[in-house]
Parts: sequence; structure tokens; C-alpha cells
Amino acid sequence: MKRAMAALPILIALIFGAFFLWGLNPDRDPNAIPSVLISQSAPDFDLPAIEGIGAPGLSRQDLTGSAEPVVVNVFASWCVPCRAEHAVLTRMVERDGVRLFGINYKDKPEDARAWLENLGNPYERIGSDLNGRAGIEWGISGVPETFIVAGDGTVLYRYVGPVVGAEAEEKFATALAQARTRSGGNS
Amino acid sequence: MKWKTLAAAMLLAALPFTAQAVEPDEILDDPALEARARDISKDLRCVVCQNQDIDSSNAGVARDLRLLVRERLVAGDTDAEVIEFVRARYGDYVLLKPPFKPETYALWLAPAFLVLFGAGAVIIVLRSSRKRQVLNRLSDDDERLVAEILAAEKEGRS
Repeated sequence: MKRAMAALPILIALIFGAFFLWGLNPDRDPNAIPSVLISQSAPDFDLPAIEGIGAPGLSRQDLTGSAEPVVVNVFASWCVPCRAEHAVLTRMVERDGVRLFGINYKDKPEDARAWLENLGNPYERIGSDLNGRAGIEWGISGVPETFIVAGDGTVLYRYVGPVVGAEAEEKFATALAQARTRSGGNS
Repeated sequence: MKWKTLAAAMLLAALPFTAQAVEPDEILDDPALEARARDISKDLRCVVCQNQDIDSSNAGVARDLRLLVRERLVAGDTDAEVIEFVRARYGDYVLLKPPFKPETYALWLAPAFLVLFGAGAVIIVLRSSRKRQVLNRLSDDDERLVAEILAAEKEGRS
């Protein structure tokens, strides 16, 4: 009993030490919000097209049906990081053959149109989410956010913030590769 | 008369601190529903400016969620249903008061456990230190022995 009591302070120090080690880990982002959507079915939404850009609107049905996973990107013309991310997304579509869908979040149609005309449109379909309601359905906290959705409509991955920079792009590419092997294994 | 002026001045000075994020166009016509909406909003965390509730946050998403809460209330949802609606989309994280369930047992029970542990440690330390105290009074046997020695000495001397 006496010996066990003597070991107690060391045990407490170890427990607290482990907690601090976890808390001070530079890779841990204390502001990261766990997404409830992962491994869940994609939310139901139906968004109209932005007039005059030639790409149709986006609803949940458009995400399902293909064997390959698809990428859903939430963007806006007023979002500065989206401009940087646009080049990365365009490259993903042109080089890797990714099927990319867009949710144009709280954006005036004319602004979105000008933005896409200026930078080019890599999106297969774009839904215009004027009041931000679809954004809430997806549980987003800001723009940009990017999701990977499997062919059966299951959300596999969520990236908060712009997919820009080697580290972010690698993370996203890894997630996409995993999603592809998953759907490849199913069929 | 003077104190009335002072009171009015203080009320006016405090006015800016009561400024709300809730904008006039969001407020519902029904005061009862609006009061419920305010109560619900105070329990929901803003996902942009974390640690602030949506009732006091100026973030765009917070405003959308405030409008959503009011919309659900007007549609006839109960308070619990409204909170569940938001929780289903943003997770437990959005609740400022986390629910009591297996994942959060440690969170809810750790304070009570630490208090009990500390109190136990204090009691044990105090007990053992009292035991170690030196007695300033002789035991009955020693007292008798001293009396005998003293008596023997007295006899020897006389």
C-alpha cells in the first residue's frame, strides 16, 4: 500500500505529461471542427444554375450514379483564397480527370459569372446557393471547403480551407486516391 | 432631480454595451417565439468565431443559423427539435453545453473525480501527520513508573 502511494505522484505526472504532449503537438489544430458528414450520406439539396454560364445546376442526385468518387467544392467570387485554389482545381480536372462540382456560396450571379469568365470554368455543374442554406446542409463554416463524395453518395472526406500548397494538395490527393480504391473495390 | 439626470446619463452610457448581433430584420413578430429563438441561439456555438454563441456573433454563418432557428420555430418545431436540426448538420461541437454520453463522461465526471481525489489526499496526509505527533503526556504505565521511582528516591533520602 505504502509503495503504491509512493508511485502515485509519478503516475499523476505521467498522465498530465501525456495530456500536455498531446495538447502541445504542433500538428494538432485546436480550431478544427470535426465534421459529422464523414461516412454519412451527402445532404439533400437542389440548387439552380447560375444564369448565363452554360453549366447546369446541382442537386444531390447529380453526385451519385458514377463509379468514380466526385469532388464538391464550395466557392465564391468574393473569397480570395478561392482564386488561388481555382488553379489547383482546374489542374485536378485537366490532369487527373476528376469530376468536379461547384456550390457557388452566397454569390451574386453576375459576380460569379465574371469570375468564371475571367479564370475559366473547371466545374461540370454549379449550384447557386444564394441564401447559404445548402452551405448549412453541408455543415460548412466558411469558404472554400472541398468534399469527396463516393459514387453511392457517401461523403468520404472534407477539406476546410483552400487546397493550395504542396502539403494540402498531397493530403487531398491521398484522400482522393483512397476514395478511388474504395469505390474500385466495391465494383 | 440631480440623481435622475445621473441615472439617465449612466443608462445612456451603458447603451452601447447592450448592442446585439441580432439585426432588426431577423426579429420575429411574435415576441414569445422571438424569446425562444434568443434562448436557443445562446446555446448554439458559432462555427466561425468559435467560443461565441450565434446570438452575439456577427459572422455570416451565425446570421444564417439565427434565421434558420427562427424559420424552424415558425414552422412549429419544439426547442429540442430546432437544436437537433442544427446538431445533425454541425455535430455536438455546435452545442455550447455538451451532452452527457459515453464520449463525454470524462469531461463531465473529471471535475468531481479530481475534487474527491484531492479531498482524499488531504485527509490521508492530515491523518498520517497527526499520528506522527509526539505525545506531551506520559502513558499511564510510565506515570506509575515515575511515581514509583520518585517514591523510592524519597524513601532513600529520608
